[in-house]
Amino acid sequence: MAEEKNGKIVKVAGPVVVAEGMLGAHMYDVVRVGEENLIGEIVELRGDRASIQVYEDTVGIGPGERVINTGTPLSVELGPGLISNIYDGIQRPLSALVEAQGSFIKRGSQIPGLPRDKKWHFTPTAVNGSDVRPGDILGQVQESTLVLHKIMVPPGVWGKLEGLTEGDYTVTDKIGVVKTQSGDHVLTLMQKWPVRRPRPVAQRLNPNKILLTGQRVIDAFFPIAKGGTACVPGPFGTGKTVVQHQLAKWVDADIVVYVGCGERGNEMTDVLKEFPELIDPHSGEPLMKRVVLLANTSDMPVAAREASVYTGITIAEYFRDMGLSVGMMADSTSRWAEAMREISTRLEEMPAEEGYPAYLGARIASFYERAGRVVCAGTPQREGALSIIGAVSPPGGDLSDSVVQATLHVVKVFWSLLARLAQQRHFPAIDWLTSYSFYKQYLAETFEDKEQGAAFVEMTRQAMALLEQESQLIEIVRLVGAESISAADRLALETAKSIREDFLHQNAFHKVDTYTQIEKQHDLLMLILRFHRQALAAIEHGVDTADLFALPVREDIARAKYIDYAEADKIRGIADLIDRQIRELYSAVTS
Amino acid sequence: MLKEYKTVREIAGPLMLVEGVDQAKYGQIVDIEMGDGTIRHGQILQVENDKVLIQVFEGTEGINVRDTTVRFLGKPMELAVSPDILGRVFSGTGRPRDDGPPILPKKRMNINGNPINPYARDYPNEFIQTGISTIDGLNPLVRGQKLPIFSGAGLPHDQITAQLARQSTVLGKGEAFAVVFAAMGITFEAAQFFINDLTETGAIERAVLFINLANDPAIERIAAPRVALTAAEYLAFEEDMHVLVILNDMTNYCEALREISAARKEVPGRRGYPGYLYTDLATIYERAGRVKGKKGSITMVPVLTMPEDDKTHPVPDLTGYITEGQIIMSRPLHRKAVAPPVDALPSLSRLKDKGIGPDKTREDHADLYNQLYAAYARGKEAQELATILGEAALSAEDQKYMKFANEFESRFISQGYYENRSVFQTLDLGWELLSMFENVELKRIDIKLINKYMPRFRKEKEPEQKTEPVKAEN
Repeated sequence: MAEEKNGKIVKVAGPVVVAEGMLGAHMYDVVRVGEENLIGEIVELRGDRASIQVYEDTVGIGPGERVINTGTPLSVELGPGLISNIYDGIQRPLSALVEAQGSFIKRGSQIPGLPRDKKWHFTPTAVNGSDVRPGDILGQVQESTLVLHKIMVPPGVWGKLEGLTEGDYTVTDKIGVVKTQSGDHVLTLMQKWPVRRPRPVAQRLNPNKILLTGQRVIDAFFPIAKGGTACVPGPFGTGKTVVQHQLAKWVDADIVVYVGCGERGNEMTDVLKEFPELIDPHSGEPLMKRVVLLANTSDMPVAAREASVYTGITIAEYFRDMGLSVGMMADSTSRWAEAMREISTRLEEMPAEEGYPAYLGARIASFYERAGRVVCAGTPQREGALSIIGAVSPPGGDLSDSVVQATLHVVKVFWSLLARLAQQRHFPAIDWLTSYSFYKQYLAETFEDKEQGAAFVEMTRQAMALLEQESQLIEIVRLVGAESISAADRLALETAKSIREDFLHQNAFHKVDTYTQIEKQHDLLMLILRFHRQALAAIEHGVDTADLFALPVREDIARAKYIDYAEADKIRGIADLIDRQIRELYSAVTS
Repeated sequence: MLKEYKTVREIAGPLMLVEGVDQAKYGQIVDIEMGDGTIRHGQILQVENDKVLIQVFEGTEGINVRDTTVRFLGKPMELAVSPDILGRVFSGTGRPRDDGPPILPKKRMNINGNPINPYARDYPNEFIQTGISTIDGLNPLVRGQKLPIFSGAGLPHDQITAQLARQSTVLGKGEAFAVVFAAMGITFEAAQFFINDLTETGAIERAVLFINLANDPAIERIAAPRVALTAAEYLAFEEDMHVLVILNDMTNYCEALREISAARKEVPGRRGYPGYLYTDLATIYERAGRVKGKKGSITMVPVLTMPEDDKTHPVPDLTGYITEGQIIMSRPLHRKAVAPPVDALPSLSRLKDKGIGPDKTREDHADLYNQLYAAYARGKEAQELATILGEAALSAEDQKYMKFANEFESRFISQGYYENRSVFQTLDLGWELLSMFENVELKRIDIKLINKYMPRFRKEKEPEQKTEPVKAEN
């Protein structure tokens, strides 16, 4: 560690403090500011003057007070104890803060990220005497019923493994030693990693598998891949946060890291209250047992908000390195960008668009680049994936906003939320005409039954064509009335409406509808399109569209999404109803 | 340690620069004694070596460089609180404005407060009955929520806030609200209207008012909401009261903030507002809430006037991103004499689902508002279409939806400022209006609920159902 160097404050302006006498400090070193030891980070160096962004409120701090340089960059503690925890932006556990300080967050507390007193049972899998490399798996800890936590050799440590023993350890106890060229490296269950630096991997791969979410509009039309990136921009009130929550709940990942970055306190409380009660559909266990939460709400210090996104992604990378599939949700990256802007303004940097710093685009891009499917470092060989889903909150819902544009440069999936749909209470308010996904080619593979997969992809194509047709027809209907278009067009409108209301619309708060298996999605879409196909044939034979639209089976189609998939036969039974009822109409006309 | 300095170097706009100061701390307050002995108050915005930048709450008019003394009080801005603040009127910085005696403080609280630890928050889920159908029925308010009113110049937001203050209760409980009212740059008339309304109902005795009128110093507005919320936090979390905080008008607050920012020559964000407007507003709005282990709660209704009714203006926009929904006032409805003119479609309460349901209001509440929304949205579209094409050109279905929208506006939304409807009256009215549709059209409602609640309203409507026109074909 570099020698400690103490400086002296010369200037305080909001969250930015300038200190002199800081020669020898590094960029992004963590410092302790003032008598109260507030946590800060160096963001600018000029001669012996350092500008520091302080992660806590600076009221009452003044020139002349000391600044202590710790000589290390902002790091997180990685090890058992992360799961089910809830942290602020710089990995202080919020529950421990409540115990230490009460209901309101006060300053200057230093609580470690991982509990120090808890013992974990460690089972070694590596053999003493063998040569180990960074990333090699040493053994494991059953952290929660869902997470088998692999303990790995920290990056940068090569050598001969010795003294690794099974036992119950705290995160700081010695579990073994690596004899390196530069001396003994003591192994513990915990390792530290600087948040602003991506953790190393052996090799990066292209994403090739769909990350299922149980959300119909996403899985069927705009899927995200394991290791992919997606963004959800939309004006306020369009349900960004509900989409994020839904994904955090239902996404088919081993670990979910949820970062509430500068968002509402009550929303985070909702997450805290709801997640432990929710049951993971894949394992039957409480969802919380695979979740790490970060909550830096909008009233918490702005600099910690800037850091929270990095803290979150570093934790996510750590789990990826174990060979797991990790989903990270960041809500909202706009607040993160605004935090950057605020710090930048206080540093008196030359602003680019809308006052954002010129490096905004670069920071956003390098953040999303930390997603991906990878071959993890070390042995045994394993693949991990880290998918990022970022919400963006553009002012006034304007997609030309700098943060949206910088994000769209890098992400591969775009879920555009429309205020108009939200007003019609069409949720998720994802616009099917402008959203896109670059991962659709992997959708068919998701099905166990490949033929069913191919059929599903074909159906989504047809459905999208109908929706597209609707968007054009609707203009005409507006002007000339529904009576003046052809029966086939009228049917297309009706089917498109059915796709919208009976398939795309999904109620996040309904116990069945909140999550839809991909096979059920197939069945639901099949019903709608089957009705369309049969009705089209009937129309050609002179059946009245009004009679078709009035068939009772249409209500069955509409309510099919509320049928539990345990009773899949009921859904498929509707297909027979469609055939029968249309056939009856048909025979009435022809007879 | 009180230190006095006569070293004022610069005065510009609301800001003052003092030099040669030893031991000044960021964010602390100062007394400014002018040549004639008048005292003004200020807060330190920035310290650099011995130079201190101060914002003067009462404005810098009449301050000079030579004769002014600045006293550094060595503490952040505080509010003296005790239960005696109820029934009193204060200035925006918390000094008595009525004829009453000074407050004998039980304690002094930093007006900036501290952020509530999200882990310590208790989730807001207690339904507040406001007696206003558009709020109770469609956008229920819950204790601990922050729900702003987006209004515009000339719209009756004062009436609706007064109605909220007057009528709000929690179902099945006799508890009353304490009201904390912060006026920021509003007119004497608007403030007086509110005070009179509270006085008439006797509510004034459980109210605390912080008044900064349009002709009071603009910079004081920066302190006003924080002072008011400090009083609210004291009442809620130390005196176990349920507090309704009304902040009127946040647009004026933001303009004061912009004034300071401009005077500091900061890089402006959108429309000249500072880049930290979001963070600043969040530190105000997020003080609403409930805390585990405390009986009281803070529910907040900020009022803001949207310049040119523009929802994308930075003030409403950033507010909407922080608050849990918004109640939007509509000028067209106001013109149609719908009172209160709440624009139901873009209005939203994000916590609505948590405050309603079988034990809280009624089992049909959620499905019903979803259906009312959907039908009204459709009807609104039909209304617009009718203005372009004429009513006759609408399809039969569109005409039906338009009829629904018209009735919805004149009966459900419009109720006047003095009608206090119970939530059950509101819900029944919803069913009654929906009874013009067939069951199959009510896709958002569980069929079991339709069968349970609808028949009562269907009977009277039976003849109308038969006249359902059949679509032409062939």
